[in-house]
Amino acid sequence: MARSKSAPLEPGAIPWLLAAALATAAPHAAHLPLWLSLSVGAALLWRAWLWRTDSPLPPRALLAVVALTGVAAIGWQFRTLLGRDCGVALIVFFMAMKPLEMRTRRDSTALVMLGFFLLLTHYFYSQSIVTGLWLLAATTLLVAALIRLHGGGQPARVIVRDAALLLAQSLPLMLILFLLFPRVAGPLWGLPQDAHAGLSGLSDRMSPGSLNRLIESGSIAFRVEFAGELPPQTSLYWRGPVLDDYDGLTWSVPPSGARPPATAPLIESRGKNYRYVSTLEANNQRWLLALDLPLERPAGSMLARRFETLAREPLRTRARFAFSSAPDFIANRDEDPALLLQSLRLPAQLNPRSRKLAQSWRAQFASPQQISDQALRFFAHNDFIYTLRPPLLGQNAVDDFLFATRRGFCEHYASAYVVLMRAAGVPARVVTGYQGGELNPVDGYLTVRQSDAHAWAEIWIAGRGWQRVDPTASVAPSRIERGIDAALPASDPLPALVRIDSDWLRELRNHYEAANNRWNQWVLGYNPQRQRELLSRLGFTDPDWRNMSAALATLCAIALTIVAIATLRQRQRATPAQRAWRRFCTRLKKQGMAREDWEGPLAFAARVAREKPPLATICFKAASLFAQLHYGTGTPAQLQELKDCTRRLPSSWRKIR
Amino acid sequence: MSSTTKPSTIAQVIDAANQVILGKDTQIRLALSCLLARGHLLIEDLPGVGKTTLAHTLARLLGLQFSRIQFTSDMLPADVIGISIYDRERSDFRFLPGALFSQVLLADEINRATPKTQSALLEAMEERQVTTDGQTRALPEPFFVIATQNPSSQIGTFALPESQLDRFLLRIELGYPDHAAERALLEGGGRREQLPTLSACFSPDQLIPLQREAAAVHVSPALLDYVQALVEATRASAQFVHGLSPRAALALLAAARAWAFIDGRAMVLPEDVQAVLPGVAAHRLRLANSASHARAEDIVKLIRAVAVS
Repeated sequence: MARSKSAPLEPGAIPWLLAAALATAAPHAAHLPLWLSLSVGAALLWRAWLWRTDSPLPPRALLAVVALTGVAAIGWQFRTLLGRDCGVALIVFFMAMKPLEMRTRRDSTALVMLGFFLLLTHYFYSQSIVTGLWLLAATTLLVAALIRLHGGGQPARVIVRDAALLLAQSLPLMLILFLLFPRVAGPLWGLPQDAHAGLSGLSDRMSPGSLNRLIESGSIAFRVEFAGELPPQTSLYWRGPVLDDYDGLTWSVPPSGARPPATAPLIESRGKNYRYVSTLEANNQRWLLALDLPLERPAGSMLARRFETLAREPLRTRARFAFSSAPDFIANRDEDPALLLQSLRLPAQLNPRSRKLAQSWRAQFASPQQISDQALRFFAHNDFIYTLRPPLLGQNAVDDFLFATRRGFCEHYASAYVVLMRAAGVPARVVTGYQGGELNPVDGYLTVRQSDAHAWAEIWIAGRGWQRVDPTASVAPSRIERGIDAALPASDPLPALVRIDSDWLRELRNHYEAANNRWNQWVLGYNPQRQRELLSRLGFTDPDWRNMSAALATLCAIALTIVAIATLRQRQRATPAQRAWRRFCTRLKKQGMAREDWEGPLAFAARVAREKPPLATICFKAASLFAQLHYGTGTPAQLQELKDCTRRLPSSWRKIR
Repeated sequence: MSSTTKPSTIAQVIDAANQVILGKDTQIRLALSCLLARGHLLIEDLPGVGKTTLAHTLARLLGLQFSRIQFTSDMLPADVIGISIYDRERSDFRFLPGALFSQVLLADEINRATPKTQSALLEAMEERQVTTDGQTRALPEPFFVIATQNPSSQIGTFALPESQLDRFLLRIELGYPDHAAERALLEGGGRREQLPTLSACFSPDQLIPLQREAAAVHVSPALLDYVQALVEATRASAQFVHGLSPRAALALLAAARAWAFIDGRAMVLPEDVQAVLPGVAAHRLRLANSASHARAEDIVKLIRAVAVS
């Protein structure tokens, strides 16, 4: 039986193994069911207690029952035993159960290997710097546990230092693999279906309250790097889904929205154009959130008939896109009549008061522009309040909002405005996306968060095309000019990251996000394209996977050779005392006194004293210091003294000459 | 015993011994190291250079009980160990201990004895006990044998085999005294007469703690590297028939510790190893190109071939 052959586990290694297990499992607590996290913690604590009290391990039958119960509970919780989330939960559970039957060294090696595997699974959930640093520490701990397991008892400091040294030695190999391992677009292995659940972003539907949830998230939607100056804050409208269908409650993208247009949309720029590269976080949607309105789009994207820029596939990973946009535009002077008809459709019977009001405006004013201006005046002069906590609305949502509650959020204003316009016979639609963004002074990137999510409106006027109208601006101009935290009352819920009053906290956040951005751009964003760029800069003009593999193999061989040579030479590596003593002897050699290899320190000092009596004192001092340090139990102070002897040597010699 | 008195008492012993045996400081120190390292000493030289005087002097200075056996070719083991004789009054055998039962035994001209007698002595040296008539008797503590032998080229001797030479921790040669020392000797008359006047610097029970302390002198990994390098060099060298054995390496370390202890140091230096190496290694190494054992200059050559670490 293999068990009996394996060496028994030293009790001293157990705290190391438990700490490594805890460090590798702990971050998963963020997404595992609470009961599982607690049981894992309890199992590890139980094992630690058994170790402290030197008690025997629980009987196998009990462990079997616990393990089967745990697996059954996990299966019940996830309704499966397959898939990413359930698989990770099972590994975490095993990680806590294994220590309870850990008797031999072989058992604990299995635990460490399981730990290394568990480390990888964290990258399913997060690839941030913090995760990277934590996992680096966890890796160090795992290596330290291995060292403790096989290297016997040493001070903890020494074990951790050795582990860190081992990791540092693997750094060149890691860099080579990172830079040269042939990259493929997309993930290396197919992810299970649940991999993209929980990505937040805009949706193709908007009902009252749907944007609030987004706004309560401080996470970053995308970052933009402008080539040159930034457009003014008030024209930073990032276009997402355009909602043209209204059923009285929900605005949604018409089914035809994603189809390519029959005729290319015509966008004319009336002012300055801006070039920029935007790095979008994964959101599982196709909208690329270009600045209104895009003139040039990245290859492979499509400009839909309502001017949304669409990618071919939903965005599953963070990606970079280059655009050129014109904030001041004229779009589609001539519009497809079918589309205009769509933009006039309203559910019959609903919102009678609003319709009546709109029809009275239509009678009163001649041009659509005047009707729109009247609507905005209506919002500005009737004590509308901008808040994230609007009261609930009834069946006639727009009537309730316009004439009763008068408290709402951008989606209420956009929605009510578009309903009024359509009722007044002006083609209008709701546009959702993001508005604004915050410039990070650290790296010059404009950061746009989920909390910058916004809804505005567009109306079509014959001869002038589609024009952007933002009714929110007439209620809460500061929302557009200074951002959402300035526009909302302090009592409204906003993520702490968005509403930061203290300067140093804001600066800290900016630095953190800039570092994160650099990490995203250069580490996580190191894709096949960047790899090709790097390789061509290194002289590989047309790298294919064959010569890349060859280069990889060569460099790995070189790195391993260097490590091997360093390891072999380590046997003769000098201690600090030896180096100091050798420096002293080299200095003396220049004075004509060469130490023979076989000469011990005191014998050498005695010879120097015979042949060059003036140097006797310092030589005896240095020799006895070295003897203490190298052959006895020297102190750091003595090492310093020995170094001082070397420093004093030439001057003392010159003095006597 | 406090640490301040210990080196000074040893220094006293060395000074007093130097008064008796002139110009042989190194040999006296080596002999003392051998004693402190709980080893046995072999002195090899021509007759009349002071071998017996040295042994006698050390015994007196250390306050140890001393006895002497002059070996001859007709000696039997019982002459050394002792004999059981029948006691009529008690109707039993009574053991009469031989010269072996003393703290310092001078085995003079050991190579004149037959191998049978030699091995009886050497067994006792190794085991520090004697078994006769089925009864085991412990030898006194400390037990220190100083054997002398004439160079084996002389007629009528039985050279000690390798295995038995290995029992001696150190082998030293006294050599002729230098000019000044010989003059002083001639002027002052023979030294044997001074011996009874020497007073002991030690009591026997002081010696055992000293031996224990000498065995505890610090040895660093770097020094072990050096000792191993030396031993490996003897094994790799074509100059010698065999290299040094692990027992010899242990002997080297023990002797070096005692040497450092006599020098009043708390750790062993390569110099200590080098100082005792000729004594430890020469009689254990046979030269490949001649029948004789390694000479001092061979050992010096060995020392110079190995870098200290």
